[in-house]
Amino acid sequence: MVDQPSVISLHDVVHKYEDRTALNGVSFDVQSAELFGLLGPNGSGKTTLFRILSTLMVPVAGRATIMGLDVARDPGRLRHLIGVVFQAQSIDVKLTAMENLRHQGHLYGLRGATLRARIEEMLERVGLADRAQEKAEAFSGGMQRRLELAKGLLHHPSVLLLDEPTTGLDPGARRDLWQYLATLRDQERVTVLVTTHLMEEAERCDRLAILNEGNVVALGTPDELKHEIGGDVILLDSKDPESLARRIRSQFALDAQVLQQQVRVERENGHRFVTDVVEAFPGEIEAVSVSKPTLEDVFIHRTGHRFWTDEAKNG
Amino acid sequence: MATRTEILASPATPASVGVALPAFTLWWREVVRFYRQRARVVGVIASPVLFWIVIGSGFGSSFRSGDARGQQHYLGYFYPGALIMIVLFTAIFTMMSVIEDRKEGFLLSVMVAPVPRSAIVLGKVLGGTTLASIQGLIFLAFAPLVGVHLGLWELLSVVVVVFLVSFALTALGFAIAWPMDSTQAFHAIINLFLIPLWLLSGALFPLSGASGWLRLLMQLNPLTYGVEALRGLLYPASQTMTSLSTNIAAIALFTLCMFALCFLMVNRRTTRPTA
Repeated sequence: MVDQPSVISLHDVVHKYEDRTALNGVSFDVQSAELFGLLGPNGSGKTTLFRILSTLMVPVAGRATIMGLDVARDPGRLRHLIGVVFQAQSIDVKLTAMENLRHQGHLYGLRGATLRARIEEMLERVGLADRAQEKAEAFSGGMQRRLELAKGLLHHPSVLLLDEPTTGLDPGARRDLWQYLATLRDQERVTVLVTTHLMEEAERCDRLAILNEGNVVALGTPDELKHEIGGDVILLDSKDPESLARRIRSQFALDAQVLQQQVRVERENGHRFVTDVVEAFPGEIEAVSVSKPTLEDVFIHRTGHRFWTDEAKNG
Repeated sequence: MATRTEILASPATPASVGVALPAFTLWWREVVRFYRQRARVVGVIASPVLFWIVIGSGFGSSFRSGDARGQQHYLGYFYPGALIMIVLFTAIFTMMSVIEDRKEGFLLSVMVAPVPRSAIVLGKVLGGTTLASIQGLIFLAFAPLVGVHLGLWELLSVVVVVFLVSFALTALGFAIAWPMDSTQAFHAIINLFLIPLWLLSGALFPLSGASGWLRLLMQLNPLTYGVEALRGLLYPASQTMTSLSTNIAAIALFTLCMFALCFLMVNRRTTRPTA
């Protein structure tokens, strides 16, 4: 592997809440001007990791650095360099867009003409220039998110950390936000780390780490990760999935799993396997689907269970 | 395994933000936010006036056998206590915003900013102090009704005392609110702790009338010195237990302790979430 300078570097980061382990030795590096995704279901540890990286909390063990500064030891200097956008609303809706940004600028030591210029620039960039004097409570969810983003970027950070930034946004606003993150990376060379629990968002990242129960279970570009699953993913519906899976295992020497009442098989040339398997068990298979692997398949491949349990899906 | 090089922080890192600017902006937000919520403004001015008149008149006529002069007298006695009550309630309630800020993400965005932690305490507490002082001074406009006419020097002294008491109580409110995550718990503490604090400050009955353990509690209560100082300034003829300078020193000490407590709480970085 070529030595590349990394902007964010985690080495064996461990975190515990009382006796519950939230992070169990997490290591990865994020390169300069990379759009890096942290994908994981709720409770996987990504919010904990986000709190540590944004200097809100120190890890129990291990080392995390951003631009060479230790997040646990040097938060004061580090805070100048990072911009943070939280999942929770951090703008004050009783203040106007302009007032929110002025307040933010003051917290970063910006004032006077510099601050005014930055505010104008940011409002222009997030498309709120004509609404600057309106209170944020009059804004739509998408506009409030854009104001959050403007707040996080006002001091021109080199690294932007975002925690589930598209929560509560409609598909159009989601797409806009992701496009904007890509623009930031390409034009401003900002390093972006974003947490998400949505597969389609993870697909848009340059690289991603998939977290499960406090461990990194996969690390790489979305394509690399999907390629490690040989070929296609085949799902079979049957009245008795357990028995079907058992017989597929013995007859085809394949690893067949049962997930949510479906038999799941990973295999090259899926279409040929489908003909074989339907012929081998006539009348038993009620429905078949063949698809290219998704990031969810990567997750299943690495952990042996689905990304969402049924309860979590609604939450 | 080769050690990786890391991109180091550029030397162009902005210099220290300082305390004044972030404290100013947090103070400004606290004040603006308050005056943009009309109901809060009305409530905070109207309720103490009502309280003063109802309690004052009620006690006055009950204990002074309905004599009109007695009633006037008690309203007068109760006046400094009512002023302290206004300050107490405004100061403490403004710090409920700490809990609201924590529930929303506002506090998070302040905590990740390169702001000295003392500026966070100072800004928020000064915000509450300003509001409480203003409410207290508005109530001072009723002073002529109880026959108090202040000279310039007395007025300035009253402003200083009101400001100090407001600051100390706001800082107390901040320290109570900081570790809390619900406003219900905050109300519980107020009922359990703050109302007795006020009742035992000489606001309703004088220190000289209390005896034994009650008297001791009142002497330990920092609010007593606030009430005493105000009473001494408003009614120069009345006998106060302690001198004005002692009273002010006691309040200042209390203020200092409260601020230090807040600072320690906010400055602590641990393995638990700060906000």
